[in-house]
Amino acid sequence: MFYRESGDFKKTYQKDNQTFPIKFDRWRYYFVMLVAFIVVPMFLTDYMANAVMTPFLVWAIAALGLNILVGYTGQLSLGTGGFMAVGAYATYKLMTAFPGMDMVSVVLLSGLITAVVGALFGLPSLRIKGFYLAVATLAAQFFLVWLLNKVPWFYNYSASGQISAPQREMFGVIITGPHATPVAGYLFCLVFAVGLAWVARNLTRGRLGRSWMAIRDMDIAAEIIGVNPLAAKLSAFAVSSFFVGIAGSLFFSVYLGAAEVTEAFGISVSFAVLFMVIIGGLGSIFGSFIGAAFMVLMPVLLKNILVGGMGWPTDLAAHFEFIIVGGLILIFLIVEPHGLAQMARVLKEKLRLWPFPH
Amino acid sequence: MSEPLQQMEAASKLLELKNIDLSFGGVKAISNISFDVMEGEVRAIIGPNGAGKSSLLNVINGFYHPQQGEIWFDGKQRHAMKPYQIAYQGIARTFQNIALFKGMTVLDNIMTGRFTHMHKNMFWQALWKGPAEKEEIENREFVEHIIDFLEIQAIRKTPVGRLPYGLQKRVELGRALAAQPKMLLLDEPMAGMNVEEKEDMCRFILDVNDTFGTTIVLIEHDMGVVMDIADRVVVLDYGRKIGDGTPDVVRNDQTVIDAYLGVSH
Repeated sequence: MFYRESGDFKKTYQKDNQTFPIKFDRWRYYFVMLVAFIVVPMFLTDYMANAVMTPFLVWAIAALGLNILVGYTGQLSLGTGGFMAVGAYATYKLMTAFPGMDMVSVVLLSGLITAVVGALFGLPSLRIKGFYLAVATLAAQFFLVWLLNKVPWFYNYSASGQISAPQREMFGVIITGPHATPVAGYLFCLVFAVGLAWVARNLTRGRLGRSWMAIRDMDIAAEIIGVNPLAAKLSAFAVSSFFVGIAGSLFFSVYLGAAEVTEAFGISVSFAVLFMVIIGGLGSIFGSFIGAAFMVLMPVLLKNILVGGMGWPTDLAAHFEFIIVGGLILIFLIVEPHGLAQMARVLKEKLRLWPFPH
Repeated sequence: MSEPLQQMEAASKLLELKNIDLSFGGVKAISNISFDVMEGEVRAIIGPNGAGKSSLLNVINGFYHPQQGEIWFDGKQRHAMKPYQIAYQGIARTFQNIALFKGMTVLDNIMTGRFTHMHKNMFWQALWKGPAEKEEIENREFVEHIIDFLEIQAIRKTPVGRLPYGLQKRVELGRALAAQPKMLLLDEPMAGMNVEEKEDMCRFILDVNDTFGTTIVLIEHDMGVVMDIADRVVVLDYGRKIGDGTPDVVRNDQTVIDAYLGVSH
């Protein structure tokens, strides 16, 4: 009824190629953007910004990055935590070494530094495939965390071994440091999340994205067509690490404020991001966002229901939270192995024909 | 008189293999094979199972590097190259077992075939608007010609995994054609098809040859098809060349008949 494409003829290839070919989708996208940029900041409480919205955006960027590598290129990686740590430490070093540098440049540069490191650790992917590659990237995870812990230069020789973000402003509003405004932090992350999602969409629909997917689906045929496997895999590692590095940078500077590498960027982070990608949907940009939302929002929601609503003791609720989230992950994967994005796709197909069944 | 004629002949040789030897450890897959492919012809390679046909295609394609022998392509001797570099030289192929990108749509599969014709770097692609989009649309126009040519307009946006076998084969041909190759290698393009699908495929192969002037090298087991559409045929058996010539010559060659029907002792 309301969700239809009949009568909406595309007369140019440009129109046919657009991200949201159906008018309803397009308007919904504009609406979501409007809400995210204007309505949410007006009503956002500090708690909501700190506990829900900012982490959601940061994890969504990380999931987006890993999805490029795992979902689009088919290279399994467990090094996400290590690459996020590189992004965070790069941000710390840049902020302390060049106090005059604005935050956007700091974050982007941190991403670029992580991209270089990521491409370096992507080299084994040329020889190793599948689960074995996952083990090889695990080496990256442990090595990077060890390195950042071991060399005092990375944390400016601070006694605690911690890094903490100095205060920085954008347009006169404090976004990092202990006196930061949570809403400003949210908006800062939102700009990056939207911008990077747009970049990811552009890269995956063009020549480069097709070369990634070709490598994923049939590497021999890809090579016959002219795709250089070295270039395709390394570019995927680099772009993916760029995203993950930016996520790490924002995670440290805007969200945490202070971090210790083994605690904040351990192996559990790598797994969490991988779960987001799998639950959200491999090879889907929208899926990265819903996967991140699921992993970030579900525990908060459960905590509010169990502790706030039902009056359970906090420790009991914390354990039940694990059980319930774990159970939900299992259920989702059994019902729809291709993730929440596939569920959304099926729903869309149904809506197109509604109210008719076929 | 005869010298310019010879030169002309030499110039129109698109591919020439000279004394190719290929072995895997102790197994000799191809021994001392020489043959040539003229520009614009349909050249068939036939032979019983295990005769070395696919190995030969893989040599032309750069997957295998022969221990001995020379390969001349387009008037130049070719040195050992990676398969993706050979794609840039203008050789495309299809596979015996379909090797499409299962997770992508028909359109995306064929667009991937345009890979060697697209050059905008990562920066422009990330921006999309501007040069990258322009390039995409130019190539899309070309791909649409191929989609029209192969009569697969209706399934443009279908993921290839959902298509029946015959259509998948057709899409794979489309992907190879999208590269605008000088030479097209077809590894059993009609295997596992019914008569109608075979007829369609024959028509497409001949049309490709006619309209684009693409040189075609194909491996096929269906003798009727080979004798009908090939200009010249090479016959292999046990890694050796046992026959070479027009279909009529090959059909009446005693060694070829022996290889196919067996010899009574």
